[in-house]
Amino acid sequence: MTDITIKTQPSERSKFIRRFLKRKTVAAGMIVLVLFVLLAIFAPLIAPYSPSKLSIVNRLKPPSELHWFGTDEFGRDVLSRTIYAGRLSLLVGAAVMSLSAVIGVTLGLLAGFFKQLDTPIARLIDAMMAFPEILLAIALVAALGPSLTTVIIALSVVYAPRLARTVRASTLVIRELPYIEAAKALGISTPHIMTRHVLRNLISPILVQGTFLFASAMLAEAGLSFLGLGVSPDIPTWGTMISAGRQYIGQADWMTLFPGFAIILSVLSLQMVGDGLRDMLDPRLRRDL
Amino acid sequence: MIRYILQRLFGMIVVMFLVLTIVFVILRVTPGDPAAVMLGPDATAQDIAELRSRLGLDQSLGVQYVYYIGQVLRGDLGQSIFLNIPVTSALLDRAEPTFFLTLFSLVIASVIALPVGIYAAYRRGSFVDQAATTLAMLAASIPSFWLGLILMQFFAVRLNLFPVSGYGGPGSTFLDRMYHLTLPAVALGVVSSALILRFTRASMLDVLGEDYIRTARSKGVIERRVVLKHAFKNALIPILTVLGLTAAVLVSGAVVTETVFGLPGVGNLVVSAVLRRDYPVIQGALLVIAALYVLINFAIDMLYLAVDPRVRY
Repeated sequence: MTDITIKTQPSERSKFIRRFLKRKTVAAGMIVLVLFVLLAIFAPLIAPYSPSKLSIVNRLKPPSELHWFGTDEFGRDVLSRTIYAGRLSLLVGAAVMSLSAVIGVTLGLLAGFFKQLDTPIARLIDAMMAFPEILLAIALVAALGPSLTTVIIALSVVYAPRLARTVRASTLVIRELPYIEAAKALGISTPHIMTRHVLRNLISPILVQGTFLFASAMLAEAGLSFLGLGVSPDIPTWGTMISAGRQYIGQADWMTLFPGFAIILSVLSLQMVGDGLRDMLDPRLRRDL
Repeated sequence: MIRYILQRLFGMIVVMFLVLTIVFVILRVTPGDPAAVMLGPDATAQDIAELRSRLGLDQSLGVQYVYYIGQVLRGDLGQSIFLNIPVTSALLDRAEPTFFLTLFSLVIASVIALPVGIYAAYRRGSFVDQAATTLAMLAASIPSFWLGLILMQFFAVRLNLFPVSGYGGPGSTFLDRMYHLTLPAVALGVVSSALILRFTRASMLDVLGEDYIRTARSKGVIERRVVLKHAFKNALIPILTVLGLTAAVLVSGAVVTETVFGLPGVGNLVVSAVLRRDYPVIQGALLVIAALYVLINFAIDMLYLAVDPRVRY
C-alpha cells in the first residue's frame, strides 16, 4: 500500500498575508511599525535612562556615546524620552482610530442602510467635514479642557465623519447586491444583515482608511501638543518634545530633530502599509492577480 | 441645469445651517459655566453674572440658539472678550497673512506637484515615477511645523537669507510681506504637495488610457501636445477638486505654521484665543473658515459645469 500524503493548501488568508509582505514597501513599513510598537511596549527595558531623570551637569549635551540623541535642557536623555514618547503618540493614534471607527462605521452603516436616515446623516457628515481638522480639534479641546482623553475624543470626532463617508458609500452599493436581497427574502433580521453581511464586506476599506487615520491622528496630536493645547507639556510625546526643543533650536537642534524623525518614520511606515493594503484590496489597482 | 444649481444651492444652505449649529453646540459642551471658565479663577460672582447676561447664557438653550442664528445672519459674530473688539474686526485684521500664506503655499505645492505628477504618470513605472511616489509619501509624513522650524533654523538663523519671523512692519511693502511668508509657505507647500501629486498622477493615468489619446497619437499629434493638451485638459477636473481640498488642508496647517513663524494671522489669533479662553473668537473663526470651505466647494462644483461640457444635469 502506498502512503498517501495530503498536502494542505495554504488558506486564502495566509496566501494574502504572504503576497502582502512580498511587496518591498509594505514589508519595510511593517518592519518599522513593529519596531516602534516593540520599542513602546518594552520602553522600560530598552531605554538607556529614565525619561524623567534630571542631570543639571549634563544640560544640552550634543549626541555622544553616552547619550546617542543628546540631552535636553534638564539634562534628560533625548533617546529615552523619544522611546517613551512613542508610547503616548502610538496610543493616541490607536485610540483615535478605534473610536472614530466605532462612530464612523455606525453612522455610515445607518445612513447607507436606512433611506430615511441617509439625508440627515450625509448632511451632518458634510457639515463636519467643512471644518479644518486641526481647527475643529482645537475648538473641541478648548471646550472640553486639554487632557489626553480630550485629545483622543476631539480627534475621533474630527476623523469619524471621514470614515462614515466611506462606509456609507460602500454600504449604498452593497445594499443593492442580490445576496442582500436573498438574505432579506430569507427573513434574516436587519441588524444581522448589517453586521454579518454588510459590515464583513466593508472590512477592507475600513482597514485601509483606518491605517491612514492612525497616521493623521499621530500628526494632529503632535500639532496640538506643539501648540500647548494637547497633553500636559511635562508628559513626553513627540509633539511636546519638539515644542520644548523649539526654544533651544539654536544651541541644541537634536532636541527638535530626533522626535521629528520619529514622527516622520512612524507616519511614513503607516502610510506604506496603508498604501500596500489599498493596492491589494482594490481590485482595480491589483496588478498581481 | 438651473434645477441642478438650485439643488446644490439648497444643499449648501442646509450644510451652512448645520455648521452654524455645530459651532453653537461646541461652546455648550464646556463642562461647567463657560462664563466662569472664560473669566478665570479670580473672577467675582458679579463679574460672572454680568458676562453671563452679556453672552445671553442666562437664557434657555432654545432662546440662545435662535438669538445666535439671528445674530450671525446680521453679520454679527459677537465681541471678543480679551481684545474687546467685535470678532468680525478681529478676524478681518488677521485675514491677510492667512490668505496670502494659503495662496502662496498652494502655488508652491502646485508648481512642485503638477509637472512631477504629469511626468510620473507619463513614464509610469519608471525610476522617476517610483521616486516621485515615494517622495510624495515622505512629504506627507512630515509635520509642517517641524519642517518650518528646521527651515527657519537653517535658512533664517544660520544663512540669514530670510527673516526669522513676523510679517514685516506696519508700513512694509507687499513684496516685503511675501518675503516674510516664503519660509512658512515652502514648509506648508512641500508637505501638501503630496496630495496634489498623487491626484495629478492618478487622474493623468486614467486619461492617458483613454481611446481618444490613442486616436490623437495615431493622428500623428506630437507627444507633448497629446500629454499637455489632450490628456491634462481632461484630467483637470479631479485636479481642481484636490486643489480645493488642499486649500482646506492648508488652512489647518496655517494654524500651526503661523504660530511657528509668529505670523499675525487667523491661526495665531485662534491659538491665543484658546489660551485666553476667548470663546467668541474661536466660534467666529470656526464659523467663517467652515463657511468659506463650503462656498469654495460650491464654487468648484459650478466650475465643473463651466470646464467640462460632459457634466450636464
